[in-house]
Amino acid sequence: MTTDNVLIKVENLCKSFDDVEVLKGINAEIDKGDVMVVIGASGSGKSTFLRCLNLLEEPTSGTISFEGVDITDESVDINIHRQKMGMVFQQFNLFPHMTVLRNLTLGPTKLLRQSRAEAEANAMKLLERVGLADRANAYPSQLSGGQKQRIAIVRALAMNPDVMLFDEPTSALDPEMVGEVLEVMKQLARDGMTMVVVTHEMGFAREVGTDIVFVDEGVIVEQGSPEEFFGNPKSPRLREFLSKVL
Amino acid sequence: MDFFESIAQSFTKTFITDDRWQQLLSGLGVTILITLVAAAIGVVLGFLIAMVRSTYDMQLAGKKCRSPRDVVLKILNAVCNVYITVIRGTPVVIQLMIMYFIVFASSREGIVAAFLSFGMNSAAYVAEIVRSGIMSIDKGQFEASRSLGFNYRSTMFHIIMPQAFKNILPALGNEFIVLVKETSVAGYVALQDLTYVGNLIRSRTYEAFFPLITVALIYLIIVLILSFLLKKLERRLRNSDH
Repeated sequence: MTTDNVLIKVENLCKSFDDVEVLKGINAEIDKGDVMVVIGASGSGKSTFLRCLNLLEEPTSGTISFEGVDITDESVDINIHRQKMGMVFQQFNLFPHMTVLRNLTLGPTKLLRQSRAEAEANAMKLLERVGLADRANAYPSQLSGGQKQRIAIVRALAMNPDVMLFDEPTSALDPEMVGEVLEVMKQLARDGMTMVVVTHEMGFAREVGTDIVFVDEGVIVEQGSPEEFFGNPKSPRLREFLSKVL
Repeated sequence: MDFFESIAQSFTKTFITDDRWQQLLSGLGVTILITLVAAAIGVVLGFLIAMVRSTYDMQLAGKKCRSPRDVVLKILNAVCNVYITVIRGTPVVIQLMIMYFIVFASSREGIVAAFLSFGMNSAAYVAEIVRSGIMSIDKGQFEASRSLGFNYRSTMFHIIMPQAFKNILPALGNEFIVLVKETSVAGYVALQDLTYVGNLIRSRTYEAFFPLITVALIYLIIVLILSFLLKKLERRLRNSDH
């Protein structure tokens, strides 16, 4: 693969909270079109790793280059780059004081300088894609968890990002709603979106993941294609983990 | 002289003689003027203090300063802390007299002294109310906004403040109600507000009942109107999300 294809390059990423070292030197490369699935036990640092990618957590040391720019450099305006990195949270984090439509158009109108009409037309297209066009004028509190998360996904997509970061997007959902959210994510992957997904959904990892990463105690213990990762896990720690979750 | 006759006489002395009802009306005007200007000062200044304090809490608390901006923020936060401590720790009537007899010693501008001291007093309370509102908003709201690419200021403006405002409205309303009544000490700096006029009429006429009860009723009506408006505003904001 040529270097032109690398979208995000993480080098020796470390993160400590006070005295607790959560990430102890992570190296990773995410190419355009990749679907990297990050798995690991809770407390392993996988969410912190993801949150470092758009600097929601400030790395203690190490570099993250996104589209060739080192975004950990203090002189870089991170807000510009975050526009190109969509993020989806476990707790949805929709804006409760705005309608669904306004949730989707706020970023595009204020940050991308789209006209209201243009942003709304685009938002309606996205809502149709996830089957929620009829909820455009609802408020988030009127939606189910699965609907909220699908809205959260298209809110991020409305900014037309180059990569989508998912932080355990189905962990806060009732079991019967997990499927509808995963379906949207699978469709997104099929359309060629670059994705980094922290999840416990092994079925999703196996089906759409191109690169599976196992994080344990702040380091990447094992990494590979779904076939070799699930078919032939090498480290004992990963084997133990998989035996528990599969 | 029978009972009703004496009541009628007291009433006349309190309200009609020397057009005393007009004095009460002008006293009411002074009270409302002080309250409105002080509330405006209190909201603006209190809002600014809350911004400094919550920005510090979110970005710097427990961390080291890494830029000149951090140092400025740290100093501003310390100033705000001292301000809130001093204002909340001393009686408003003392603050008013300090403003009038010391700060405005040469000009003796009673009304300006009242605007400033009631406004500055209210600001300390408003600041803590606004800060509590900002802190009550889930951190995820902040992160979602920042992840879209909004900077700190836009996040505050579009996402945090509108939600915080709804949460703090009852407490803010309470602060205004307190403020209306606190202005009743304005007589200490020679202002003829509602309370002062009522007391003046009492001392001129030797009639305590009508002047004092009337003044009390007028305050009550102001507070009732204020409560009604606040409740209406609250309901309207609540309707905007379900």
